[in-house]
This record gives sequence, structure tokens and C-alpha cells, in this order.
Amino acid sequence: MLDIAGLSHRYADGHQAVEDVELHVARGELVSIVGPSGCGKSTLLRCVAGLQRPSAGDISVAGRAVDGVPDDLAVVFQDYTRSLFPWLTVRDNVALPLRRRGLDRAERRARALAALAQVGLDGTAGKYPWQLSGGMQQRVAIARALAYRPALLLMDEPFGSVDAQTREDLEDLLLSVRGGTDGPGTDAPGTPAPGTEGMTILLVTHDIDESVYVADRVVVLTGAPGRVHSELPVELPAPRDQIGTRALPAFVRLRTEVGRAVRRPCTP
Amino acid sequence: MTSRPRRALGAALARGWLLVLLLLAWEAAARRAQDLYFPPPTRIVRTMRELWWSGPPSRLWLSDLAVDDFVPSVSHLLLGWALAGVAGIVVGVGVGLSRVAFHLADPVLQFGRAVPPPTLIPFFMVAFGLGTSMQLAAIVFGVVWPVLLNTADGVRSVEPLQLDSARVFGLGGWARLRYVVLPAAAPRIFAGLRVALGFALILMVIAELMGSGEGIGSRLNAAEREFRPDRLWAGIVLLGAVGCVLNALFLLVERRVLAWHRGARRTIT
Repeated sequence: MLDIAGLSHRYADGHQAVEDVELHVARGELVSIVGPSGCGKSTLLRCVAGLQRPSAGDISVAGRAVDGVPDDLAVVFQDYTRSLFPWLTVRDNVALPLRRRGLDRAERRARALAALAQVGLDGTAGKYPWQLSGGMQQRVAIARALAYRPALLLMDEPFGSVDAQTREDLEDLLLSVRGGTDGPGTDAPGTPAPGTEGMTILLVTHDIDESVYVADRVVVLTGAPGRVHSELPVELPAPRDQIGTRALPAFVRLRTEVGRAVRRPCTP
Repeated sequence: MTSRPRRALGAALARGWLLVLLLLAWEAAARRAQDLYFPPPTRIVRTMRELWWSGPPSRLWLSDLAVDDFVPSVSHLLLGWALAGVAGIVVGVGVGLSRVAFHLADPVLQFGRAVPPPTLIPFFMVAFGLGTSMQLAAIVFGVVWPVLLNTADGVRSVEPLQLDSARVFGLGGWARLRYVVLPAAAPRIFAGLRVALGFALILMVIAELMGSGEGIGSRLNAAEREFRPDRLWAGIVLLGAVGCVLNALFLLVERRVLAWHRGARRTIT
């Protein structure tokens, strides 16, 4: 689904953000990229999203080389207050990207409402994003991405700006839309929401526990410049839950391993 | 049901008492002084009524003179403002969207804005002769700058993450302009339009005073020739009132269109 080979990016000011990154993500996989701040995680994501042209290397999404923003791609940014549009209602925020999907107005609205229900936001459609709490705004951003039904979903520290409790809720929401667990806001636990079957997710985080908890595979990046340090498959049973899964010996072992890799001193 | 009008009256009193007090003081002072140049407010109002509000009720009491004076003035003001608004937004968006265009155009725009618009009226008189086109040219030229510069500024300062979101979700070209760039720039565009509305009134009057032969400004000229200070004062008060009404109407529209902006700002601060 996603193939990155020899990716390097150096900014105009000479800062080398990532160097020779190699990464392959299979269809339907949820891969988390974890690393210390400033290790080029966001640069990597922006390159995949086609928002940033890398200095060197090849990226292809679904077999097509990335040149501009790929068609079937959505992004959830960390800063929901600045990625949502405050002049649109919650429903219109979610429905706006669907214009490109060739749906008529009624279909766009219906799909937006369905996505909002999926993230547990029924009854907020007519509100404006700034009338909601931070966690709810990030749910809107997730609903916007889900309604778009992308083949590849990129998440750039999506839960980095919310409180700890909300963060856990949103992690479970992410698992639930993939059909991994029964999280809040889904009426059909254990089955993926419509349009999200086979969705590939790349999640960038600096939270070690989170990287293990939500993912099928953890990629540890070290910086700077960012390189792939190691890749660890996460073989934790589904459904996962915040208390039980985090107490499993396998989880503890993995988070220790990831933690060691992340905290490894930077090599120039 | 009975308390609502009473509350409205209370609010009006709380906000308007100083105005009422000043009017009363003016009235008393002017009556005592008996100065021809400073008629009391009641005299001014009577003059205004004689001139403009002595018509039939079917026409909202507007006299023939009122129609002759108001229609050209207000229609030229609004037309000039609207033309300048459209031109300012279109050019401002063009300049704001392209960094190269902005850097090229900026010195020209700064110079154009710095030229005091009334100085161009003699030129427009030579170029267009006396009359409507001269007046419109003066208004458009004087008014376009705040709209243009504010629009360019607003378009340039759209949140980069909002533009990234639009790109990621496949909104290109017109859709991005219509649903992201223009709404994001709308608060500044409206600020420019509001300043422009005030300028438009000033330029309308100057153009009429300098000789367009019709409108409220030329009525002031006539009052000066006939040596009628009361009519001069009537014109001054009328123009002030026109300015207040236009501003109030504009605020009404702005409040509706930018309701999201007020709300979003309230929650952030």
C-alpha cells in the first residue's frame, strides 16, 4: 500500500530532517511511527501526504508514485483548532471534502452524519467546532477523515493536544473504527465501520505506550536526521483494552523495547 | 410582553442620556446666544423638515427636494463603494494568492494608497467633466485601497494548516478559494469594506461640493450662496445621519456573516 525507499529530506535552511528512510506498509495495516521530537516524523508524514516534496527518494501509495497529494489519502493533524474550518458547522466540515467524491448534497450530508455518529458525536452536526471541547473537535477531524473513506489515513500526533482520559478514549475509538475492539460510539463492536475495511493507517506519535497499544507494527525513528532504527511487530490479542492489554507481559516487554530504542542517544 | 419595550427603553436611556443632555445644552446655549451662525437644534430639525420631509405620507413624507438630493447622493455612494469593493476583493485575492505578485505590487499599492484621493478630483473633473462619472471615479479610487490591501492581507494570512487540510482533502482551485480562502479572509475583507464605506461618504460629499451639480453636497453649496446657515447645518446633520445609518446597516450584515468569527474569538480568549 505504501512504499518508501531511500527517502531523505533537507530543508532550505540546511536542516536534514530525515535520511534514507525505508518503510513498507501493507494494505490494512496500522503502523505507528515513534521517535523523539525533532526526529523528522512530521516531515516524513508530510512527504507521504504530498505536502512536501522530498529532496531524494521514492514514495508510492497504492503503487503510484506520490506527486502532489494522492487521491485516496486523508490526514488527521494534531492541531484540530487550526485544521478544522471555524466558519463551517461540524457537519459541513465533515461533508466538505466529499465534494470531490462526486456525491450530491444529500449524500454528502448523510455520509457526514453517519461518520459523526461513528465517532460518537450525534447531535453536534449543527454546532460549530469552536463550540466543542478539544477532544470532541479532534473527533470531528477523525470523522472528516473517515467520511472521506481514504485507502491511506495519516495521523500526525492526533492525540497530542488532548487530556489523558480523552486520549485513551480516542485511541479506543481508532481501534474500534478498525474493528479491533468495542470502543465508544460504535453500535457494531468488532466489525469495521463501512468504508474503513482495509484502510491502512500510519500514525505518528511520540508516546511510546500509544505506539504499541494501537498498532500492528511499531517503527522507531531516531534523529536527527531521522532514520529507521528498528521495526517491532506488535502481536497483542484483539480486542485490546486500556486496562487489560497494557497489563499483558507482551505489552510491557514491547514498550520497554520501544522505549530503549527511542531513548538511545542520538548519533550524528 | 409589557416588560420588553420597557427594557428596550431603559437600554436606550442608559446609552443615550449623554446625547440628550448635549442636545439640551446646545439648545439652551444657542437660544441664549441668538447667533445666526449657530441655530438651535430645533431650528435645524425644522429646516430639515421643510427641506426634505414635507412630502406626502405615501412617499414616507419625503419631499421632491429630498428625492432630488438623496437619490443621486446615496446611489452614487453605494454604487461607487460596491464597484470598489468588487474590484478591491478581486485584485486583493489575486495579489494575496501569489507571493511574487504581492512583492511586485506592494510598492505600487502603497503609493496608490498614500495619494490623498481628493487631490485626484480636479483630474477626474478634467477627464470626465462634471457629473456622475467624475463622482464615481473619485469614490472608487478613494475607496478601493482599504478593501484591496485588507483582502490581500487576509488572503496571505490564511492558516497554513487550513490550506494543507484543503489540499489533502482534494479541494483545489475554485473550491479552495470559495470554501477556505475567502471565508478565512472574510473578517479582514469586512474590516476593509467598513473603512471604505466611511471613505465613500466623505468622497461623495467632496465631489458634490466641488461641483457635480446634484445631491446633498450641492445643496450645501446652494445654502452657502444663499447665506442660510440653518440649511448648512441641516445638511451637516443629514450627512452625519446617513453615515450612522449606513454603518449600522453594514454592522448588521457583518454580524450575520461573521457570526462564526465572533463566536470562535470569544471561546479562544
